[in-house]
Amino acid sequence: MRFEIEIRVTPREGIVDPEGQTIGQALGNLGYSGVHHVKAGRLVRFELDADDADEAKSSVDRMCEELIANPVIERYEVQIASPETASP
Amino acid sequence: MKIGIVRFPGSNCDQDCYRAVDEGIGAEAVYLWHKSHDLEGCHAILLPGGFSYGDHLRAGAIARFSPIMREVIAFARDGGPVLGICNGFQILCEAGLLPGALVRNDSLRFRSHPVRVRVERTDTPFTSKYDDGDVLRMPIAHGEGQYVADQRVIDALEGERRVIFRYVDELGQPAEEANPNGSVRNIAGICDEGRRVVGLMPHPERVVSKLLGTDGLGVFHSLIEFLQATGGTAKQVAEAGDGPGTEAAEAAEASTP
Repeated sequence: MRFEIEIRVTPREGIVDPEGQTIGQALGNLGYSGVHHVKAGRLVRFELDADDADEAKSSVDRMCEELIANPVIERYEVQIASPETASP
Repeated sequence: MKIGIVRFPGSNCDQDCYRAVDEGIGAEAVYLWHKSHDLEGCHAILLPGGFSYGDHLRAGAIARFSPIMREVIAFARDGGPVLGICNGFQILCEAGLLPGALVRNDSLRFRSHPVRVRVERTDTPFTSKYDDGDVLRMPIAHGEGQYVADQRVIDALEGERRVIFRYVDELGQPAEEANPNGSVRNIAGICDEGRRVVGLMPHPERVVSKLLGTDGLGVFHSLIEFLQATGGTAKQVAEAGDGPGTEAAEAAEASTP
């Protein structure tokens, strides 16, 4: 089965996020008030062949730990769309 | 004594490192290609600055999986001296040879200018020619040089005196204004537990001539002094100590089923 994988990588809590801070400041400068705690991250999307969703999930977790995220500074969230919900 | 300089696609300080070793201190330098599996008997390894693999994903993240890095990691675990400069420092952190990580400068700007760093420790293979507290002028050139780590790691680094270089002002104090990138505790360079693996963001290899300054020469002179004193890693000393004996041992090993 082919799964659609989406990984969101964001700075870990407590790790400075100068990009997010700067976006927040810029939004303030543009007059958008009430914007707080802006975090900027990275989106990685791909398709993965796996027998089932569990196998896909554990495989993607390993990819994240080893390469896609640096656990020292980043956290990640994985979304897996199964073939039924994914577009053909 | 032979110093290996690893070339990744996107390295751009490899020639400066080569010259620092070759012309700066008159030692033998060789380039090592990132796809190679062979350190060619080098007694120390330099990971130069640059933008290996275009800094894609994170600086140093892809280079760490280069074939040569497997050998570099094994060499470091064997006690071999390894110096990572700038992108090389980022690679050492990504490879887990040094703790923490280097993230975007707090200014969000690429910073390219001279800085002052204070030598915090002189009993490493790369700082023995300096005196404790020496203040050196070296250039930086990086967009991702802000050193960060868990509080626990920072406490361990400070407790074990593993901060080797710190950004300081003209008075030699780690003032906030002297910190070019927001690094925690003004950290510019650290070492591993064994003090053989050192990483720093400033570029000592760019200050090894009369024209540009010579504050970086000590790093390379220190290394040569260290290698001459130790003869390389234990494995290299064993191999160099008794050539024919080693061959015989290898032959014996080869004939063992």
